[in-house]
Amino acid sequence: MTTETFTAEPAGIPIVSLEGVTKRFPGVVANDDVDLQIWPGEVHVLLGENGAGKSTLIGLLSGLQQPDEGRILVDGKPTVIASPRQALSLGISTVFQHTMLVPTLTVAENLLLGARWWRRPDKESLRASVDEISRSLGITVSLDAYASELSLGEQQHVEILRALIRHSRVLILDESTSMLSPSGIEELGTLMRQLVERGMAVVFITHKLREAASFGDRISVLKLGRKVGEIAPDRFSRLDEDTLISEFVEMMFGKRSGDPEDVPRVPHPDLERKAPVLAVRGLGVTPTAVAPGLADVSFELRPGEILGIAGIDGNGQKQLADALAGQAPIDSGTIELDGRPVEGTPVHARRDAGLRYLTDDRLGEGTVGSFPVSINLLLKQIGDAPFWRRGIEQRAEIDRRAIQLMTDYDVRAPGPHTPIGRLSGGNIQKVVLARELSDGAKVVIFNKPTYGLDLANTLATRKRIGDIAVGGKSVLLISTDLDELLGLCDRIAVMSRGRIVGIVQNGDTARTDVGRLMGGLAA
Amino acid sequence: MSVDTAPMTSGTAAPAVGRAVFHRLLLTVGPIVIALTIAGLILLAVGVNPLTYYGYVIDRGLLSPTGVQQTLTRMAPMLFLAAGLIVAFRAGIWNLGGDGQFLLGAVTAAASAPLLVMVMPVWLALVIAFVLAALVGMVWSLLPALLRAYYGVNEIITTLMMTFLGVSLANAMVKLVFLDPGTTVPQTRTLAVEDRLPRLFDTTISSGLILGLVAVVAVHLVMTRTAFGLRLRVVGANPRAAVHAGLNVPHLTIAVFALSAALAGLGGAVDILGVQGNVRADWNPAYGLLVIPMVFLARLNGFATIGFVLLLSVLSIGGESAARRIGVPNHFTLVLIATVLIVLAIVEYVDSRYLSARRS
Amino acid sequence: MTGLFSEIFLSALLFGAVTAAVPLLLAGLGEQMSEKAGVLNIGIEGMMIAGAYVGFLAAFSSESLWLGFLCGALAGIAVAAIMALLCVRLGLNQIVIGIGLTLGMEGLTALLHHVQFSRTYPRLPAADITPIPLLADIPVIGKAFFQHNLLVYLAVLLVFVMGYIYRRTQFGLNLQAAGDKPAALDITGVDVVTTRTAAVLTTGALAGLGGAYLANVGAGIFVPFVTNGAGFLGIVLAMLARGRPLWVLFGALLFGVSLSLTTALQVAGINIPTDIIQMIPFLAVMVMLVVFGRRSSLPAALGLPYVRGAR
Repeated sequence: MTTETFTAEPAGIPIVSLEGVTKRFPGVVANDDVDLQIWPGEVHVLLGENGAGKSTLIGLLSGLQQPDEGRILVDGKPTVIASPRQALSLGISTVFQHTMLVPTLTVAENLLLGARWWRRPDKESLRASVDEISRSLGITVSLDAYASELSLGEQQHVEILRALIRHSRVLILDESTSMLSPSGIEELGTLMRQLVERGMAVVFITHKLREAASFGDRISVLKLGRKVGEIAPDRFSRLDEDTLISEFVEMMFGKRSGDPEDVPRVPHPDLERKAPVLAVRGLGVTPTAVAPGLADVSFELRPGEILGIAGIDGNGQKQLADALAGQAPIDSGTIELDGRPVEGTPVHARRDAGLRYLTDDRLGEGTVGSFPVSINLLLKQIGDAPFWRRGIEQRAEIDRRAIQLMTDYDVRAPGPHTPIGRLSGGNIQKVVLARELSDGAKVVIFNKPTYGLDLANTLATRKRIGDIAVGGKSVLLISTDLDELLGLCDRIAVMSRGRIVGIVQNGDTARTDVGRLMGGLAA
Repeated sequence: MSVDTAPMTSGTAAPAVGRAVFHRLLLTVGPIVIALTIAGLILLAVGVNPLTYYGYVIDRGLLSPTGVQQTLTRMAPMLFLAAGLIVAFRAGIWNLGGDGQFLLGAVTAAASAPLLVMVMPVWLALVIAFVLAALVGMVWSLLPALLRAYYGVNEIITTLMMTFLGVSLANAMVKLVFLDPGTTVPQTRTLAVEDRLPRLFDTTISSGLILGLVAVVAVHLVMTRTAFGLRLRVVGANPRAAVHAGLNVPHLTIAVFALSAALAGLGGAVDILGVQGNVRADWNPAYGLLVIPMVFLARLNGFATIGFVLLLSVLSIGGESAARRIGVPNHFTLVLIATVLIVLAIVEYVDSRYLSARRS
Repeated sequence: MTGLFSEIFLSALLFGAVTAAVPLLLAGLGEQMSEKAGVLNIGIEGMMIAGAYVGFLAAFSSESLWLGFLCGALAGIAVAAIMALLCVRLGLNQIVIGIGLTLGMEGLTALLHHVQFSRTYPRLPAADITPIPLLADIPVIGKAFFQHNLLVYLAVLLVFVMGYIYRRTQFGLNLQAAGDKPAALDITGVDVVTTRTAAVLTTGALAGLGGAYLANVGAGIFVPFVTNGAGFLGIVLAMLARGRPLWVLFGALLFGVSLSLTTALQVAGINIPTDIIQMIPFLAVMVMLVVFGRRSSLPAALGLPYVRGAR
């Protein structure tokens, strides 16, 4: 391994360029006549909402998919990137949004994957090259740790390291900040800067405007599969952050205004005077090999209040939600709903008492993809009258109910019998919302409610969360998106390693307070 | 980017439905014809005229009066096994232990019925024998059920082991405990012909057929039309969603094992109480492995399962006759079934590829 | 009762145990590789019986035991190739196809054997023995463990070769990645389908070899259904051993002892039904599962076909 740097040829040719690339999937045009150039020494930001076609572009560049029309040029020569292997040999590496490390292998073994199968894994030279690269970048990885033991940020470092070991010229980072803490995001920004200074090209995919503005050299904006705008480095460097953001917004949404995600928060006064509707005291759950536990989690939730749970993903948020909903056993503590203890009761009893839970994994946990929308709407009421009588299903009642809820919640589907797996994320979310919010909800737990949704559905979901609270119900909002929490919540609790490390009153200093708590400092 | 509002079907409803039914039929009959052709080539290769063979199998398995009666009688135990498999597979449980549960049910029925008829009315003795067989089947599935429900131990290994164990245990019981003292042949006491399940009308068809049909249809209706069946299907389709929906997954898992194994046990009992009358040492028809493909071919649909079990029964009765007359060993039936299964799977794959290519 | 403890009895018992264990060992090691790569290979019984039939036929007609082994392994590979094509490349249901292959091969071998030999069951001469110098002269143990056909020693050696492959080779890493996170393997440029196909074909070779050994050395004869569930036992062993080849060896010996005991006791004239003895290893394993039976960590992608880019 050498420290050879790829010196950028000034005003040479781009490493990779896409010309008029179109990619279709059944029913959708994912990329429509896209032109894109990836230059050495630049962070090229690809900005766009979910569904704008960013993932498909990555698929094309990393050899997972082939364009239907148009061509890809590498070093100026038309090239077919037929497989991931070929992408790698062309010097294109990708760090996907979801970690691509084998959990049961060590870091070293993961880094060794990809050599020819008859080779003996060469751990010694790997160790040498890893030492050299990680020293020059200032990151540390433990080669002998199993990938499953690493935090998401550490896993990302390993994947970036993997790209460098392979002498990659282009590093694609797909939504890499979505799982990171604010300080982790800053670190990643610094790292990207170091890489482009070595002459690499970094393609940074994000839907967050601020990250795009602060980390990019060049930006391309995608919308519904088309490229709707580009800002080249000379102009990019001259504009300040706010101007850049308003330009992005104009390209993405065609209007000049601030960040559309900045929703003014509606304050809820005199919360203190009401009795709490949900009181959690000393909640404890034993950690397992794959999940963190909970330790001494206590908080109260008053009617009409939105309490946020901030924190880096995987710090016990999911376990908290599962424990509150009754899906997982608890070791200690009490959960009081309306003054009555519910910690010993099963899921459906808590639901009947008004506790509702919208999981973050809509298709993996929240619904059964192959079942019709109508049944998914009643998934938590199987056997209840009038939809079932003496255990026998009443199809007319079930359909009537489904059609009504689909109308009320604007679920766009061919009909109540369509398998829910065929709907878009936004419409699946509406089905889940309809199921959880109807009939006597009092406390609603949202776990990452806007994760993976497009902007329109994100805004609609946030509005609905606000409306629930205005209607006097209480909301526990678990989110890794700090802006979302600051926009909606009355108070924000920060979770770290299964504990609540502090609760912050939302206000002017909340952003820094929460950031400090997440970074392990006192607020 | 969403496709939700795109029309899923085009054209008017009635022709579309008609076309779908035709399509389904073509997808079922077509592969069977292809498989018969492939298997026919194998017959040709070993010097047998396939048309003679098939003609003989259909004649002896389906058309001749004695043949069709044997075929329908043979269906009964297979239908019970199929019913048990439908419950398990729809709930996502791979119960591969049907043969052990079946054989223990058979031995239980064979051991109890001849003694029970001596002290009570025949109908009551039969009912009790059935219940005992179901219970023994259930007990035999308890260990895999508990291991799966509470420890997450893969049921494929445990049910396979329990079936090996069950077959050995059943044989040991026949040889050691329930041996008929009245004969030197190692077998259980024989239930007199007049005490067995009544025959239908003037035929030799055992009324076990009716019981088997009822079992399959009942299971089909329970799985598709009731809250209980829906709960099981949720567990099978997405266990995490089942937990999320508040279903008691361990209890439901145990219920699935119990039901599935009870039906397998009943299958053994219906074969003994309707046809065999006793269990001979080392008797093991090993229907279980044969019925699994049928249930899959039927895509876990009860009514289609009846059709495929009929096909299996025709092939095995006809094949047994052909073995005696044409000299093709009845093991050829296995080749035929395997070919149908594999060809059908391939055709379904090609069809889904073709459809998805056309849709885009 | 003296017969039970005589040297001759003991060495015959252990000799028989090893002979019975070898097919299980080969099947278990083969299945283990498929499972490691994420393929639940239920068709292994069919691969074994194909290996048994073809292996027997080749050895019978060529009078060469080793040509029999070779042809048995090739027959296993041929059946495995169907499995690889349908389940790995096309992604069809592994359990359905596996059962189909098993049934089909059982029927086909029975049919062909019938056509070939009608109702005669010719026997092969006893297999050559390769005694290991010095060790073979140890009383009891020498006769039991060190006077076997060469393939027996090779099979035991294979246990350690497999262990080496899994822990020390690039191919071993690829296998584990293909079973635990195929997408992660794919993006490093290693083809998942090829890796899994290699694993399934290896399984076929080992299963076919095991079948050929079972027919040619163990039984010295081919009869329909001669493998009698040995492939399914291989699946059980592989699942219990969870990726550790040495455990397959121990498991195979456990089952081998019980199989050998059934014949040995009969020879010794002790009247315990074979069925009871055959139950012992299963009982032992079930007890182990109940006592230690926490979540058995099978590969995450076991049984799932891999489709690039699917979510």
